Amino acid sequence: MTDLTSLTLAEARKGLAAKTFTSRELTDAHLSAIEAARVLNAFVMETPDQARAMAREADGKLAKGDAGPLAGIPLGIKDLFATKGVRTTACSKILGNFVPTYESTVTSQLWRDGAVMLGKLNNDEFAMGSANETSCFGPVGNPWRRDGSNTTLVPGGSSGGSASAVAALLCMGATATDTGGSIRQPAAFTATVGIKPTYGRCSRWGIVAFASSLDQAGPIARTTRDAAMLLRSMAGYDPKDTTSVDVPVPDYEAAIGKSVRGLRIGIPREYRLDGMPAEIEKLWSEGASWLKAAGAELVEVSLPHTKYALPAYYIVAPAEASSNLARYDGVRYGLREQAKNITELYENTRAEGFGAEVRRRIMIGTYVLSAGYYDAYYLRAQKVRTLIKKDFEDCFAKGVHAILTPATPSAAFGIGEKGGADPVEMYLNDIFTVTVNMAGLPGIAVPAGKDAQGLPLGLQLIGRPFDEETLFSLGEVIEQAAGRFTPARWW
Amino acid sequence: MSVDAATVRRIAHLARIAVSEGEVPHLQGELNAMLAFVEQLSEVDVEGVEPMTSVTPMQMKKRLDVVNDGGIADDIVANAPATEGHFFLVPKVVE
Repeated sequence: MTDLTSLTLAEARKGLAAKTFTSRELTDAHLSAIEAARVLNAFVMETPDQARAMAREADGKLAKGDAGPLAGIPLGIKDLFATKGVRTTACSKILGNFVPTYESTVTSQLWRDGAVMLGKLNNDEFAMGSANETSCFGPVGNPWRRDGSNTTLVPGGSSGGSASAVAALLCMGATATDTGGSIRQPAAFTATVGIKPTYGRCSRWGIVAFASSLDQAGPIARTTRDAAMLLRSMAGYDPKDTTSVDVPVPDYEAAIGKSVRGLRIGIPREYRLDGMPAEIEKLWSEGASWLKAAGAELVEVSLPHTKYALPAYYIVAPAEASSNLARYDGVRYGLREQAKNITELYENTRAEGFGAEVRRRIMIGTYVLSAGYYDAYYLRAQKVRTLIKKDFEDCFAKGVHAILTPATPSAAFGIGEKGGADPVEMYLNDIFTVTVNMAGLPGIAVPAGKDAQGLPLGLQLIGRPFDEETLFSLGEVIEQAAGRFTPARWW
Repeated sequence: MSVDAATVRRIAHLARIAVSEGEVPHLQGELNAMLAFVEQLSEVDVEGVEPMTSVTPMQMKKRLDVVNDGGIADDIVANAPATEGHFFLVPKVVE
């Protein structure tokens, strides 16, 4: 039997249905792989007993023939999703040993469809980061290394554990979340597929909140087809999230392999940055030529407010975070530092419990919302956000079906290499992805090639609201043309 | 705009995060780097532009005014660091 962990999710589904192997065997293969890959630090909690129990149940249903679409498929769950009875920390010391008494809507839908939970995955603390270096459990290693180098690189962030685990064949797919690029950037750094759906497509209920108007859940997987299968289960209307949108969930998998002939693909000139590495430029035009060869029409488009998306994001996101994270007060759950009065209890707990990046963002958010500064910063940023969204609307109104851009301005970098002196250096990683969150649109990152050092690079496709299907069709064209990329095992 | 040391201390207190005197200069530098970065928004003409309140064009949904959950006090206090019965314990607030 071939190594079960190297199968795609779609292949595993076939094998399970044909009874070539059981979910228990598939699950055990992954549990062993996780154990052997602890040096990557992708998992912050392994749940082997629960995984085997869920696999046994899936095998029972598969035998009876009433199995759900993900029956027996082992997945990893980002530690931002509340999992009933399983420690959930957002990789922050302040949540300590928080054990939810409820299950997030997204994960409950995966279990409804028969998936198996292998454990909880590392991420940047409260999803604030682009390298998975701010986690209280320490950084995650990228399974990819530069050719001929032993330097461990970051997997991107904030969903670094998800991307690393999927790329290293530790799970068949993973949940992730994306506030400014946290699904797409790590996917690009690890040669995996990551999709951030339209805002409102997946319920945010039970996901630790960072910036509520930007946060969306989505999958990271090894192929566009696998990502489509996962999103179908994760998406859907949930009355418990008032921003969840009540529109039917299509069969995303049906979009895989669908012709892209006649689709108009926008190439935004503002994404051509000064000093952009030549290999990113080359990858981008190569991607465009693949889509053209498949029958799509390329048109140059303009998104004039692109350069303002990142600065506006660094007002809106910290402002919302400062409000959302006010709940960590040392009283209701999590860490508590002793103090002689209630104010000191709050102050000491929050100083001790939050890491440096989170403290910095809470403080910036507090400042831009404070009396006298609200109009100059927050209100202005929300107006700029309206303009960013309008750029996309104008573009789509001209008949553009999707927009093609690079996913990241560079390939993965070394642990500790960026953002040490100036936090903004790290923030620039999200320059191509953050516009999509600001406008609430769907965006997919697909592996498309490698740089001169042998590191993976990705392309991003941005779609119309609730048109994830077109992104899957186009992503599949790129995947077919570029081929798949697997890291050489060193761990 | 930039912040001075007194403003850093004021923000930290508003955010209820204890900051030692030694941390102030460092934080001040980082916050000013972020403020310098977002400063470029001032060149955008936002005259007559509505601020975004919802990214999806939808009516705000309202829940029915009915009780549909409850009776889970045990769950609510399950993760609290200090409780007595179904109460959260905090240092004395009123003298």
